[in-house]
Amino acid sequence: MISFVIKRLAVAIPTLLLLIILSFVLMHAAPGGPFTQEREIPPEVLANLNAKYGLDEPLWRQITTYVTSIVTEFDFGPSFVYKDRTVNEIIAQGFPITLTYGILSFLVAVTVGVTLGVVAAIRQNTWIDYFAVGIAIGAQVLPNFVMAPILVLVFTLWLGWLPGGGWQGPEYWILPVIALSTSFMASIARITRSSMLEVLTMNHIRTARAKGLPERRIILRHALKPAMLPVISYLGPAFVAMITGSVVVDVYFSTGGIGKAFVDAALNRDYAVMMGVTILLGALTILFNLIVDLAYAWIDPKIRY
Amino acid sequence: MALLDINNLSVTFDTDDGPVHAVSGLSLSVKRGETLGIVGESGSGKSQTAFAILGLLARNGRTSGSVTFDGQEILGAPTDALNRLRAEKIAMIFQDPMTSLNPYMRISDQMAEVLTLHKGLSKREAVAESVRMLDAVRIPSAKERVRLYPHEFSGGMRQRVMIAMSLLCQPDLLIADEPTTALDVTVQAQIMDLLRDLQQEFGMATILITHDLGVVAGFCERVLVMYGGQVMEEGPTVPLFAEPAHPYTRGLLAAVPRLDEEEVTMKAIPGAPPNMANPPKGCPFRPRCAYASEACATMPPLEPFAPGRARACHVEPGRVAA
Amino acid sequence: MSLISDDTAAAAVPQKGRSPWADARRRFFRNKAAMLGLAILVFVTAFALFGNVLAQWSNEELDFMVMGQVAELGGPTLSNGHYFGTDDLGRDLYARTVQGTQISLAVGIIGALIAVIVGTTYGATAGYVGGRVDTLMMRFVDIFMAVPYMFILILLLVMYGRSIGMLFVGVGMISWMDMSRIVRGQTLSLKGREFVEAARATGVPAPVIIARHIIPNLLGVIAVYATLLVPLMILTESFISFLGLGVQEPLTSLGALISEGADTLNYGTTWQLAFPLLFFILTLFGFFFVGDGLRDALDPKDR
Repeated sequence: MISFVIKRLAVAIPTLLLLIILSFVLMHAAPGGPFTQEREIPPEVLANLNAKYGLDEPLWRQITTYVTSIVTEFDFGPSFVYKDRTVNEIIAQGFPITLTYGILSFLVAVTVGVTLGVVAAIRQNTWIDYFAVGIAIGAQVLPNFVMAPILVLVFTLWLGWLPGGGWQGPEYWILPVIALSTSFMASIARITRSSMLEVLTMNHIRTARAKGLPERRIILRHALKPAMLPVISYLGPAFVAMITGSVVVDVYFSTGGIGKAFVDAALNRDYAVMMGVTILLGALTILFNLIVDLAYAWIDPKIRY
Repeated sequence: MALLDINNLSVTFDTDDGPVHAVSGLSLSVKRGETLGIVGESGSGKSQTAFAILGLLARNGRTSGSVTFDGQEILGAPTDALNRLRAEKIAMIFQDPMTSLNPYMRISDQMAEVLTLHKGLSKREAVAESVRMLDAVRIPSAKERVRLYPHEFSGGMRQRVMIAMSLLCQPDLLIADEPTTALDVTVQAQIMDLLRDLQQEFGMATILITHDLGVVAGFCERVLVMYGGQVMEEGPTVPLFAEPAHPYTRGLLAAVPRLDEEEVTMKAIPGAPPNMANPPKGCPFRPRCAYASEACATMPPLEPFAPGRARACHVEPGRVAA
Repeated sequence: MSLISDDTAAAAVPQKGRSPWADARRRFFRNKAAMLGLAILVFVTAFALFGNVLAQWSNEELDFMVMGQVAELGGPTLSNGHYFGTDDLGRDLYARTVQGTQISLAVGIIGALIAVIVGTTYGATAGYVGGRVDTLMMRFVDIFMAVPYMFILILLLVMYGRSIGMLFVGVGMISWMDMSRIVRGQTLSLKGREFVEAARATGVPAPVIIARHIIPNLLGVIAVYATLLVPLMILTESFISFLGLGVQEPLTSLGALISEGADTLNYGTTWQLAFPLLFFILTLFGFFFVGDGLRDALDPKDR
C-alpha cells in the first residue's frame, strides 16, 4: 500500500511540474504580457513592471524561482493586478468557503445519489424507479449554471424562502449546495442503479439468498460493495466537474469562494492568481484521485498494490 | 412421510421472446437421509427445479404446482418463511464456487453470518464453529485460512468452503447443483468422495443435480432422468443403469465412455436439446429419438412399470432395453 | 463512459449477408426516444437557420418604445413583433435567440469535429503503432485527464484573446482525449484482424493502413461519440459564456443569453431566462436522445 502511494506520488509530482511549466510557457508565448491592456503603457513603465515581477529574467529562471517558492514556502507570489495583495491571500480568503459548500455538495450528491440508485434498483419498475430515472435524464440538461437561476427564481423570488446570494450563515448554503450537487447526484443515482441491478443477478447474491439472509442484509452486506465500484470510478471525474462548477456558484450566488477570484482574475488578466488557483486545484484533483484509487483497493480485495 | 414432496411443479420464465417453459409437471419425493440424483443435459430444467424449491428463481420466473417440505407448503411461500428454512433446513451448493462465494468478503464473515443468523451464536463462536466445519471438509490450516478471501483459494478448495458453509446448520436436505462441473477431473473425484463421506456422517437427504452419470452411479440410491423440463424415467440407480427403460436414458448411458470394454465405444445422442421457448409438440425427445412414432405426438404419462420404477414412453420397456 | 468491447465488434459481423448498417438503421428508427430527439433537432436546426425569416426585428436594433421600461413593456407579445420579448437593452429576444442557437450549434458541431479529428488520429496512431509510443501517448492523455481542464481552457482564452475562433479550438482541444482512448481500444482489436495483417504483409505503409482500413471500420463508434460530444461542447461553451468569458458582444450564444436572463431575474423579466433556456434544453435533449439511440443501434449490448 505504501509503495503504491509512493509510486502514485512519483507520477503526480511530475504531472504538477508539467502543468506549471506548460502554463508558464503558454503565458510567455501569449501575444502581449499580463500588463498589456487596452490602453497603451509607456515602454519604460512596462519594463519596470516586468522587472518588478521578475518577468524580464530568462524563462527557465522564472520557472525555477516560481516552483521553488511554491515547494519550499507554499508561496504563489504577488498578484499582477492588486499591488498590495499576494496570491496566497486571495486564495486563503476564498478557499474555506469553496471547501465548505464543496464538501457539503459532495456528501449530498453521494449519499442521496447512492440511496436513490439502490432503492430504484430494488424497486425496479415502480414509481420511485421512474422518478430516479427521470431525474437522471433531466439532470443531463440541467447543469449548475441552469440550476442556479432556476433555484433563485423559485425559492428566492417566487416563494421567498431562501436567500439567493451571500454567505452569512447556513441558510445561505442551501441553494448553492443544491445547484452544485444535483447533476452529480443524478449521475451517481443512475450509475448506482444500473450497477446494483447487475450485481443483484450475480451468483454470490443467490448464495446469500440461499443462506436465508434477510433482504436488507443481502443489499447492505453483499450487494452494496461491488455495486459501489463503478460509482467510485466516477468520483474522480465528478470531483473535477464539481470544482469547475464551483466557479458558477461563486459567480452567481456571490458566495465569495475561490471561483470568483479566478473569474475576476481572468477578466483582469491577472495571470498570477489564475495560475495559482489552477495549480492548487490541479494538486487537489491529483490528491483526490489517489484517495479514489485507495478506496477502490479497499473495497475490492483482488486489487493489491 | 417424505421429507420433500414435489407435485406437478412447473417453472416458466417470461422473456422478450415469450414464455419459456423450463420445467413442466414435475413430481418427485425424497425421504429423510435418501440420496436422489437428477440427471439431464444442460437446459433440461434440473437446476431450475432446485432453484424453485428454495425460491431462488430469477425475477421473471413463475411457478405452479406444489412443493412441501416436512408437510409444509413452501412453493411461493413468503420470503420470511423461506428464510427460516434456507441454510437451516435446506442448504444448497452451487455450480461455480468462483462466483458463488462473495469475492468481497472474508470466508470467516461469509460463514459466520449463517450461524449468527440461524443459531444466534456470537461472532466469535460462529467463527470458531466455521473453522471446525472447514476442518471437517479437510481444508488444511483452516484456522488461519478462514481469514482469507475466496480468490486466495484454489477452485477445489473454494468448493470445499462452499460445502462447509452449506453444512453449518446441519440441514435435513442438501441440494448440490452440479458441484463438480467447474472443477478439474482429479479434484472432481476428491469433492465427490468428500460429499459421500459427509452425507454418511451427517445423514442428510441429498439431491445431486448433474449431467455426469458416473457421478450419480457412485453417490445416489435413486435417479431421476430429465429432458426438456419433464421426467423421462426414474427408479433405483442399479436397475436403471442396468436396464434403461427410456430411449433417452439409454442414449445417455451409451454416451458415457466405458473403460471396461475392449473397444472404446461412445455414441453421442444425435441432434441438440430442444429450444424451450418453442418446444416440440408431444414428447420433447421425439426429434432425436430412434424409436419415435406417430404416437409420440402426444406426451406419454409417467407410469410405473416395475417395482419402484416409472417412465414416460410409448415404446414397450423390453424393446428399449434390448 | 463505456468502451465498446471486442466481442461486440465481433457480434456486429453480418449474418446471412444482412448489412450491419441496415440492422442498425432499423433499430434506430424503431427507438421512440431517438425519433423524438431527431424531431427536436430538426426543429432547433430549422429555427437556427430560418428563424430570422419570421423575425420582425434584427438582433442589433434597439426598440426605443420599450427601452427603459423593459419589465413593463418588453414582455413577449405578438403586437409589437417581439415574440420572445426584448432583452434588457430593448433588443428583440427572438432574433437574439436565433443568433444564440446558431452560435451554440456551431460551437458544438465544430468543437466536436475538432475533438473527433484530433482524438481519432491520436488514438488510431497510438493503437496502431503500439509498444512504447503507445504507452507514452496514453500516459500523456492520463495526465491531462487528471487536471481541471476548464481552468486551463479559461487560462488559454484569457492569454490568447477571447475570440470565437479560439473558443472553437479550445473547446475541441480539451475533449479529444476521451475520444482518443476509445479509438485506441478499438484500433488495438482491429489490428489483429486478417485484413489488416494482409495489408501489412503486402507492405502497405502504416498511415495508409490507418486511413484505409482502421478508420473506416471505426466509423460507427466515432459517429456515436461525436453525437454525444456535441451537447458536451455546447455545455462547455455555455458554461464559459455564462461566466462572461466566452462569446463577446455583439455575438451571443445560448449560454450568454441564459447568463443575461439570470442576471435580470430580479426585475421580473422571467422571459429573458425562459426562452434561451428552453432552446438550450431542447438542443441538449435532442443530441442526447439521438446519441443514445445511435449507441443502442450500433452497439446493441445493454448499457
